Amino acid sequence: MIQLEDLTKTFGAANRLVVAADRINMTVPSGEICVLLGPSGCGKTTTLKMVNRLVRPTSGRILINGEDTSGLDDIALRRQIGYVIQQIGLFPNMTVEENICVVPRMLGWDAGRAKARAAELIDLVGLDPHQFLRRYPKELSGGQQQRIGVIRALAADPPVMLMDEPFGAIDPINREIIQNEFLKMQAELKKTIMFVSHDIDEAVKMADKIAIFRGGRIEQYDTPDRILARPANDFVANFVGADRTLKRLRLIDARQVAQDAPALPAETAPQEAARLALAAGAPVVVVVDAARRPVGYVPAEALAGARGTLSGLAQPMPVTMPAQCDLRAVVSEMFTHDMRWLACTDAEGRFAGIVTQRAVTAALSEAAPAVAAQ
Amino acid sequence: MTRAVAMATASGLGAQVAWRLLALAAVVALVLWTGLDEQISPYWEDILYLTRQHVVLVAASGGAAILAGIPIGVWLSRPGMARHAETVMQVFNIGTTIPTLAVIALSMTLLGIGFAPAFFGLFVASLLPIVRNTYTGLLAVPAHLKEAATGMGMTPRQILWRVELPNALYVIFSGVRTALAINVGTTPLAFLIGGGGLGELIFTGIDLMDTGMLLAGAVPTAMLAVLVDFAMAQAQLTLVPKGVNPLR
Ligand SMILES: Nc1ncnc2c1ncn2[C@@H]1O[C@H](COP(=O)(O)OP(=O)(O)O)[C@@H](O)[C@H]1O
Ligand SMILES: [Mg+2]
Repeated sequence: MIQLEDLTKTFGAANRLVVAADRINMTVPSGEICVLLGPSGCGKTTTLKMVNRLVRPTSGRILINGEDTSGLDDIALRRQIGYVIQQIGLFPNMTVEENICVVPRMLGWDAGRAKARAAELIDLVGLDPHQFLRRYPKELSGGQQQRIGVIRALAADPPVMLMDEPFGAIDPINREIIQNEFLKMQAELKKTIMFVSHDIDEAVKMADKIAIFRGGRIEQYDTPDRILARPANDFVANFVGADRTLKRLRLIDARQVAQDAPALPAETAPQEAARLALAAGAPVVVVVDAARRPVGYVPAEALAGARGTLSGLAQPMPVTMPAQCDLRAVVSEMFTHDMRWLACTDAEGRFAGIVTQRAVTAALSEAAPAVAAQ
Repeated sequence: MTRAVAMATASGLGAQVAWRLLALAAVVALVLWTGLDEQISPYWEDILYLTRQHVVLVAASGGAAILAGIPIGVWLSRPGMARHAETVMQVFNIGTTIPTLAVIALSMTLLGIGFAPAFFGLFVASLLPIVRNTYTGLLAVPAHLKEAATGMGMTPRQILWRVELPNALYVIFSGVRTALAINVGTTPLAFLIGGGGLGELIFTGIDLMDTGMLLAGAVPTAMLAVLVDFAMAQAQLTLVPKGVNPLR
């Protein structure tokens, strides 16, 4: 847990004061990612650097896991905090392995243990240890350097990480990939992370909590969903963008708004299907195969008075989506196929409910930001 | 692919070494082919004695310049010196524009004649490029490397030894190489202030219009210059870590 209490930093002499951070109060709970977000020059980096004391606070306190860090020696404090910067800062004179081993060695690990750790970490980000440990930074692509920068900060397993626009220098496609990799790692590692960004999309994607900065002050500190759903003021609303409601689509999984619909074999009689659809309040019945995989559908209104079996009425299923994907992807597919609903599947491809347009709009209505709160 | 690159680099290194050796062999061959060796041979004993003196002068003044110049450059590059460093460097830069002959002459006015003024003059002349390159090389180390190092919890001393010096090493080496080239080129002048060395054969040869004697001084001087530069190039190639060596 990181707690900032009335943290203030002013630069410059008395006549030309710049208040880079103005009485910042915030708490980052253990295991969460807190994104400091705001336009350039609003004090995000200054706030971050006060935590590892690259910038000395003018006043205020910083507590890590309840302990006031002002009592700790700078060097000892920094060795317990992972630090990643936008320029990456890999040491060009050292191999990848040597770069990763820097902090563990300073902490007194023996060489064998540090090297084993380096190999383990590089494997974790999907790079081949045999190929990459001996390389120099200049022999890596930008994306690979960025990954090494992150695992170098993780090398000694610090409980707290500070990341200053860590993925800012990579192209959008690779950024997306590395963000996903990092989130997957974080799901296991559960570090307490302060993460600086100026990109609202990145913040929404990475953050458990977002702190919106303006002119050295926090304008709003809240979950991404609440920031998007209920911006505290015009500045926040402008900053997150006019499409803020659409951005919330990313925060909600299909399964959170999925509803049940009858999933029936093709031999079922239409009357029976109509009865079940009515009971479930579903606009369609889904035709499934023996393994419960959706293969077709019949709109509820087409069932009334029909004869034979569903197989004669069913239309092929145009598309299905995994239940764990976010609503942005679901809505995109809905629009692509001109559908008012979409079938979801579980990991085995079995039918797992439908997402309707009504359910999506209901979830997005500002009255109910709690849907995505979990 | 990695292996292909490695091999290409290795053959690149090999080629550089080969070229330098070839140049050295060419000088020797030229000496033999033009019959210079016969003109020089009467002075063989003088050559040996004076070459030894010459090499001692080069090694002592060059070595002292390295030992003093690098720490001075490091000291000037420290944040605490930032306010004064530029002024000091300006003085050093003006010093560089003074012809080395004038440096030698001034040294004599200070210290009289003999080994001491020769050593001191050569030391001063070789000091400047070493200090300048050490200073600028260290300042050119990107700020984000130092920030990353500080943020990781390195002490200032660790940052200097593990990050700043290795990353400035190539530039520092270039300074040392320049300094030694100046040093070797200036050492024959040491004779003029009684410092001995191969200059004795060269200048006496000129005075007496004795080509054999002149060459007996000039050829070893030239070979020494080629040899020192060769050694420095090799050292720069192999001692500067691969990750920060543009030659590799
Ligand atoms: N070392 C410094 N000296 C003087 N002013 C600084 C210094 N560092 C930052 N500032 C000022 O503090 C403000 C906040 O900077 P910073 O924290 O880097 O912003 P951000 O990271 O949000 O872009 C800016 O106005 C900047 O000019
Ligand atoms: Mg910044």
